[in-house]
Amino acid sequence: MSGLGTSGVIGTSGTSSASGASSASSASSTSSRRRAGVAWHLGAWVVLAVVLYPVVWVVGAAFKPSREIVGSLELFPVRPVLDNFRGLADGIADIPIATFFGNSLFYAAGSVVGVLVSASLTAYAFAKIRFAGRKLLFTLMIGTLLLPYHVLLIPQYVMFQKLELINTYVPLLIGKFLATEAFFVFLMVQFMRNLPGELDEAARLDGCGHLRTYWSVVLPLCRPALITSAIFTFINAWNDFMGPLIYLNEPGKYTVSLGMMMFRDQEGVANYGGMIAMALVALLPVLAFFLAFQRYLIDGMATSGLKG
Amino acid sequence: MTLVKDPPGRVRARRLAAPPAFRRRDRRDTLAGYLFMSPWIAGFLLLTAGPMIASLYFAFTDYNLFNTPSWIGLDNFTQMFADPRWRKSVEVTAKYVVIGTPLKLLLALGVALLLARNGRGQGFYRAAFYAPSLIGASVTVGFVWRALFSDDAIVDRAQSLLGLHVGGWVGDPEWVLYSLAALTVWQFGAPMVIFLAGLKQVPRELYEAAAVDGAGPLRRFWSVTLPMISPVLFFNVLLETIHAFQIFGSAYVVSNATCGPADSALVYTCYLYQKGFKEAQMGFASAMAWMLLVAVALVTAVLFWSQKRWVHYEEAAR
Repeated sequence: MSGLGTSGVIGTSGTSSASGASSASSASSTSSRRRAGVAWHLGAWVVLAVVLYPVVWVVGAAFKPSREIVGSLELFPVRPVLDNFRGLADGIADIPIATFFGNSLFYAAGSVVGVLVSASLTAYAFAKIRFAGRKLLFTLMIGTLLLPYHVLLIPQYVMFQKLELINTYVPLLIGKFLATEAFFVFLMVQFMRNLPGELDEAARLDGCGHLRTYWSVVLPLCRPALITSAIFTFINAWNDFMGPLIYLNEPGKYTVSLGMMMFRDQEGVANYGGMIAMALVALLPVLAFFLAFQRYLIDGMATSGLKG
Repeated sequence: MTLVKDPPGRVRARRLAAPPAFRRRDRRDTLAGYLFMSPWIAGFLLLTAGPMIASLYFAFTDYNLFNTPSWIGLDNFTQMFADPRWRKSVEVTAKYVVIGTPLKLLLALGVALLLARNGRGQGFYRAAFYAPSLIGASVTVGFVWRALFSDDAIVDRAQSLLGLHVGGWVGDPEWVLYSLAALTVWQFGAPMVIFLAGLKQVPRELYEAAAVDGAGPLRRFWSVTLPMISPVLFFNVLLETIHAFQIFGSAYVVSNATCGPADSALVYTCYLYQKGFKEAQMGFASAMAWMLLVAVALVTAVLFWSQKRWVHYEEAAR
């Protein structure tokens, strides 16, 4: 969840004015400046190497024979093998790997739809409609941002158990469709408040109802905030561990996270390579999603920079 | 509500112009507002407010999911305070928060300062450093962490080179918590991006003025940068601390679902999970959850109280 706090900044940090906080105003000689530049990049690359090591490691390890994975210090195997991936084709406990990925995809895509619809509707009400009680509700909504989820965990479980919804995706998805992800509501409220008010006021004067204004004027302008929310919702759901752990108990319904835990319990050390290979495959969608949508994020910044 | 907010003169003018239509629109707006946020209101009542009250009630009952909750007063709490495993979980979590969070924030601020000095490649570095925050909560990273911190793996070899022979961290009750702290520190990218945005907002004139006044780099950092980014610092401290209290997935996965060895990675929520979902002691687990809420609320209150002393908001300064 800690990734959440950032999305707003990525989405709205404005134009990429690269001018830093430094003030190298003194007229130093070019050579010392160049040396400082080299030292800067060197420092940055050292941090980068440490930070990216685990990611590179898992890529290399997936192509190593099982027994070489932990002990060997080489980042990449001398003779890469594909056995680990071939082993995945057999599935885990008679369940094909694709089932887990399908389940995760369903959960993540469902979450994205739910959050986009419910958070944007709620945010529109907070940002664009004036009505009695709005401030109080907004304060309550912000309050839920700081509430530890664990206080709700047990009663929610009890409720879903009474409703016989354990081992379905309803408990995992319903909150997404009911805008309980307050962070995204907050993000969209901030974004909508910054939109030029003349646009939706003009729409209202032209006789558009709120629904029409929301759908045809506000929502298209909110694309950057919607994309940011979608990316983070997808990744959070894909990575989610606690929710599926508590609510799903039939292996055929497991998400990738649970599938990997089952893999470890069943095959453990014997098929260490297979486990790492699956871990790598599970990681790929997140990385791909992030890399692919970087451009959208930057587009979003550019459009939000236009409003000036 | 809307009328009160307008300047009195304008309100009267508008009212004179078209009172019935305006008021009708007002009522329509109220209706539309509540309709638009009906999903959130339903979610708030069903999934937040209701469960909170229920959880408070369960905290004072004996409840195993299948019996009718029976009121036992403060028994869950007295049991909890006397429970050595509960105390262990408090100790482990406190240690985790106190070690992991400051290190993470220091690294985030340090790297943000480094990146802010140079525009070239900033976008690339920012994305690369941020990536761990996106994947840090995944089971994949939990697996990788366990591998990197086991016997004979890279961390073990590296510390052997330095003459430290403690072996892998994940199998060692003394060290496993540090591997979890390392995992959260590794995800410094999220607060870093926030720091970076804060640093960009500091007006350059302030640095120039400070430099003219003869302030060195350290002084400029202390007297210009730090006060100017203190709201961002506050935000990061608050969010990271609250999140650190709630660590679950990484402790669970890295410790191989045991939260051990010997309860050494028994973070608070891990014990809560065991009590609630393995032993079906829903009453006890609810009491635990409320203690967590109280702890988080206290920390939040202390931070908000302290911000008067060290957080400078621009509006207040002007």
